[in-house]
Amino acid sequence: MPEVLKAPLVVEFPFTRSLGPVQSAFLTGLRERVVLGVRTGDGRTLVPPVEYDPDTAEEIRDLVEVAPTGTVTTWAWNHAPRRGQPLTTPFAWALVRLDGADTALLHALDAPGPHAVHTGMRVRIRWAAERTGAITDIACFEPYDGDRTEPAGHTGEFADPVTGIVAAARLDYTYSPGRAQTAYINALSGRRTVGERCPACRKVYVPPRGACPTCGVATSEQVEVGPRGTVTTFCIVNIKAKNLDIEVPYVYAHIALDGADLALHGRIGGIPYDEVRMGLRVEPVWTDGARYPDHYRPTGEPDADYDTYKELL
Amino acid sequence: MTSAPGDREVAVVAFAQTVHRRTSDELSEVEMLMPVLHEVLDHTGMKTADIDFTCSGSSDYLAGRAFSFTLALDGVGAWPPISESHVEMDGAWALYEAWTKLLTGDADTALVYAYGKSSPGSVRDVLTRQLDPYYVAPLWPDSVALAALQAQALIDAGDTDEPALAAVAARDREAASANPHAQLKGPVAQGEYLVRPLRTGDCPPIGDGAAAVILAADDRARDLCARPAWIRGIDHRIEAHGLGVRDLTDSASTRLAAERAGAFERPVDTAELHAPFTPQEIVLRKALRLDDSVVVNPSGGALAANPIMAAGLLRIGEAAARIHRGESDRALAHATSGPCLQQNLVAVLEGEPR
Ligand SMILES: [Zn+2]
Repeated sequence: MPEVLKAPLVVEFPFTRSLGPVQSAFLTGLRERVVLGVRTGDGRTLVPPVEYDPDTAEEIRDLVEVAPTGTVTTWAWNHAPRRGQPLTTPFAWALVRLDGADTALLHALDAPGPHAVHTGMRVRIRWAAERTGAITDIACFEPYDGDRTEPAGHTGEFADPVTGIVAAARLDYTYSPGRAQTAYINALSGRRTVGERCPACRKVYVPPRGACPTCGVATSEQVEVGPRGTVTTFCIVNIKAKNLDIEVPYVYAHIALDGADLALHGRIGGIPYDEVRMGLRVEPVWTDGARYPDHYRPTGEPDADYDTYKELL
Repeated sequence: MTSAPGDREVAVVAFAQTVHRRTSDELSEVEMLMPVLHEVLDHTGMKTADIDFTCSGSSDYLAGRAFSFTLALDGVGAWPPISESHVEMDGAWALYEAWTKLLTGDADTALVYAYGKSSPGSVRDVLTRQLDPYYVAPLWPDSVALAALQAQALIDAGDTDEPALAAVAARDREAASANPHAQLKGPVAQGEYLVRPLRTGDCPPIGDGAAAVILAADDRARDLCARPAWIRGIDHRIEAHGLGVRDLTDSASTRLAAERAGAFERPVDTAELHAPFTPQEIVLRKALRLDDSVVVNPSGGALAANPIMAAGLLRIGEAAARIHRGESDRALAHATSGPCLQQNLVAVLEGEPR
């Protein structure tokens, strides 16, 4: 069996999230170097603040300022920081209960080594030089031997509150399509289209995914299909896609390649868009260096009978 | 909840799993899953068409592949249309959904499966995407780091120390020597610190795998299995999502789930605990009041094989299989999800007296 294909795959997404009143006040506060907590019905102060009491589920909005100094409640030494983490040099992850708070906040603690960190140690916030209203406005915590600083009693009202954050994420993968799709893609590189036949119902699936969805059994017998096929159904696209150099309107169609029992998708060219029809016979058009047909064009044959493709709609 | 008198009785009647491996890149997800589905059906002599309800658990984030659960359905034989559901959770939660479906009488049999391909990506990074997106995820604290915070909290509380954690790892992997499906078995070096105080040996292997079970109700279960593993109760509970709000040395949600599932009504002889990190086994033993009379993780548990999204269902399957084989009469199975035992499910399984 030839080696399966592999390729790097990057998934990136900038989620835009709106903030409720409590989160907005907290993150705006960080921008202004003010740390706010929220008071629960039974008088505890939660930092970071949440909108609902974790015990009673009651909505809570009573904002109170807490100090930028606090105590480590637990920690873990991270000698090999990973991408995206707050510091690029070795640091401790720490849960820190700020003075005036009853719960702890997770962040990084900058310290020379694990010998310099212990539960119960005193720390303070090191603010980021540039702050935007995000948890990363706290650059990290740092050891602090000084006195407790008393909070100024900020109300949580800000002139220009942050109302949303953009949560950027990036994950890196090595994608492998598996055995069946590797065979399909390898065949395409020779401008051939290969499907797989179900050993039970004898249907030929293109592109093959390694299993028959009707019988739930593995497929493995390769079958070359096409290159010609029949348009089983289609739509007319009137919106120009970003980064796609195709004039609108154009036709996108389901095409049942000869010998296949499943229609695949393709663009129809070489014919005015309003002359494309069900039953139209088409063939692939390859461009130099392409990994799949650029589009399908009419072969000039008579249209296929409806009965020959009605099961493939 | 527990099943009440007059309710239907529901049992796990069959269980199958892959050999869990570090990579399986020659296989698509459905190619990895399908042999397990065939095997579990073969155990009962049923065909896809005989199954009333199908429920699965998986996550697209692991393989970086959108809608992977719909593609995996090809392996079930989902055409013509079947009654099907999916949870973006460990398959143990899919089993919970199937169990309630059977209790209502809407179905007599259910196929539950779960799979995870962790090899294409970096699990430590991927799992950060399940964290609070406002306060936590932007810091990218990885799964090992969060488990290490829990470990240090336990050490500070005097509940454990590094040698005790190493002993947990050694015991589970020794037990896994007898498990042909386990990925990591026998003596494994504790290794270097990954995030102190956790060493590589305290952490689960990263791997790909799948699991499937079949549930059946009442007489249908007796027809399909010589000794069904009757589900006497299942419950799942969740902790506050803020890590700094929780007591990391305890698992109140596990204890409550166990209580509601009836786990404390009579002693269990076996416990399959979903504890991917050694400190979590310490927490769970305490929360579940397990003493040395209970056989814990005879399969080796998640420290021996941790196909994410399937590892919790594996615990229920392994516990049930021991009842099927007559090695247990009353077993507890636990599944977790989220950082530091955030969500916990407990199932109590029993075999009929022999
Ligand atoms: Zn078939």
